[in-house]
Amino acid sequence: MSEQNTYLPYLMTIEKVIKEAPGVKTYRLKFQDEAEAEAFEFKAGQFGEYSAFGEGESTFCIASSPTRKGYIECTFRDTGRVTSGLASLEEGSTMGFRGPYGNVFPMEEWKGKNLLFIAGGIALPPMRCVIWNALDLRENFKDITIIYGAKTVNDLVYKSELKEWSDRPDVKMVTTVDPGGENADWKGEIGFVPTIVEKVAPSAENTIAIVCGPPIMIKFTFPVLEKLGFKDDQIYTTLENRMKCGVGKCGRCNVGKLYICKDGPVFSKEELNLIPAEEY
Amino acid sequence: METKYISQSGIEQWFDAIVTSGKRVFAPVNSRGQVDFKPVKKLSEVADEYIQTTQSIKASVYPKAEVLFSYEKVNGKVNLTDFDPESVPETVLWKVHPCDAAGFKPLSAIFNWDTTDKLHNAHLAKTSVISFSCSAADESCFCTSVNGSPGNTAGSDIQLTMLPDGGAIVEILSPKGEALVALSPSVFVADKGEKKEKYLVDLPVRFNLEEVNAKLNKAFNSTVWKEQSERCLGCGACAFVCPTCACFDIQEDAHGSKGRRIRCWDACGFALFTLHTSGHNPREHQSQRWRQRILHKFFYMPERLSVVGCTGCGRCSRACPVDMNILEHITSIAKQ
Repeated sequence: MSEQNTYLPYLMTIEKVIKEAPGVKTYRLKFQDEAEAEAFEFKAGQFGEYSAFGEGESTFCIASSPTRKGYIECTFRDTGRVTSGLASLEEGSTMGFRGPYGNVFPMEEWKGKNLLFIAGGIALPPMRCVIWNALDLRENFKDITIIYGAKTVNDLVYKSELKEWSDRPDVKMVTTVDPGGENADWKGEIGFVPTIVEKVAPSAENTIAIVCGPPIMIKFTFPVLEKLGFKDDQIYTTLENRMKCGVGKCGRCNVGKLYICKDGPVFSKEELNLIPAEEY
Repeated sequence: METKYISQSGIEQWFDAIVTSGKRVFAPVNSRGQVDFKPVKKLSEVADEYIQTTQSIKASVYPKAEVLFSYEKVNGKVNLTDFDPESVPETVLWKVHPCDAAGFKPLSAIFNWDTTDKLHNAHLAKTSVISFSCSAADESCFCTSVNGSPGNTAGSDIQLTMLPDGGAIVEILSPKGEALVALSPSVFVADKGEKKEKYLVDLPVRFNLEEVNAKLNKAFNSTVWKEQSERCLGCGACAFVCPTCACFDIQEDAHGSKGRRIRCWDACGFALFTLHTSGHNPREHQSQRWRQRILHKFFYMPERLSVVGCTGCGRCSRACPVDMNILEHITSIAKQ
């Protein structure tokens, strides 16, 4: 067989467009080639390079769960040339996808444990993949707690899913907005994510905490978890360094000896301690 | 490996035979005071008196800008056209320095360490390297400090060592080298028992690589990065002339319904290299970028890919507009 060109994307059809928040959209993508669809596999935590033909490629996680077959989903904010090119596409349009890349959340190892998800803003998408994966295999896990915050009520993504999760008796869902971000109808918490984590005070006993958010949120959430008794091997996060190739060659996400795209994006806090914090 | 002798007129005859075979030949050419690899047809075009070409031969196996694939949008669908390895012409690189030929190994280590790189490998497969051992060096050369030597044959298919009579000792190092000899077999005669070492420049070792590696292991938070990079302009010249720098960008070139996705050289010295869309930049300061450059070449690559990301060609020191001398800086780290 001739050598594969890593950079040649799969052609995908945008099957569904969901408007999540101002500037934020979710696309459900289907492989145009059936054989490619059949052969494609991924696990929770992996990411890909999504392309708008004419504009270029951007890196996002796969936001749908591997338990949902036949499609993948991505959620992105319209911020630059590629994402605005993607945002202008409509249902039925063609875009490109390369992946899956990177390592995975070790969900097999988490069987029988409580899962605590802590996410901020546009960082819920990588966690949503893990949340649905866990909910679809609900019997594998004990308590599931989700703490999610955004700047304002408007900025919360996956609004219908947030409701679905909070309606479920087997999920403890806490939503919060930054002070001043609430509106008249807001019934959730008001406060920054680390503050709310401290207030909710989930038990560290037999629990894995998965934290994903802007660097500032992560920085202030880690000490709260530590205070609650979480050890470094109980805390996971996913890093989002700038990437181009996704396969450990272009050099952008090289941090210490590691490539975030190959050795990550998923890291336990124990692993994070081994790489220089200022570089991610 | 076989060693032969070739006379001055034999070299001319052989060179013509290579050109006549239809292969593309690149050799150092002096153009407006700057020597660089250019397509040549005659041996007389090849530059004589110089220490180092400005650019390395990296572009022959890793072009500055290369189309990864092209596409056309037709009625809402997209048709992709893959890179075609057959489009790469057979190429002979003539009069390559050993430090340039040695650059192929670290380059390939980066491109092929996990997934393989179809484009780079296509170029490599079509490229034959005829190196000339070095009889001269300047103060920027330090190949002997990074596992190389003026007569290093790594990465070469053939190596010539020029003799006072205008002829050369010919080391035939690979099947590709044998194929080149076969283009003009009669000009290669029995070797005269000359030792090539006698004709190589004597280049003292300037630092101990293992010592540097051990120092770098503990140097991340050192003040040395700031001190050394205070005058760095972040221009990226060092990366562009380097035979082993492989960092790249992927860009889009689209007009109407047609487009191409292009891989272009990039540099870790540029501020934009690691800038996130959010505005966050993990390597905000030039000192952090300089540290990345040195650590990547002399620490991360040896640890991760078992190859040092430097061949001691000295180009970065020669090209730097503010005289940031890599040899001086590495030597000072080794002495810390």
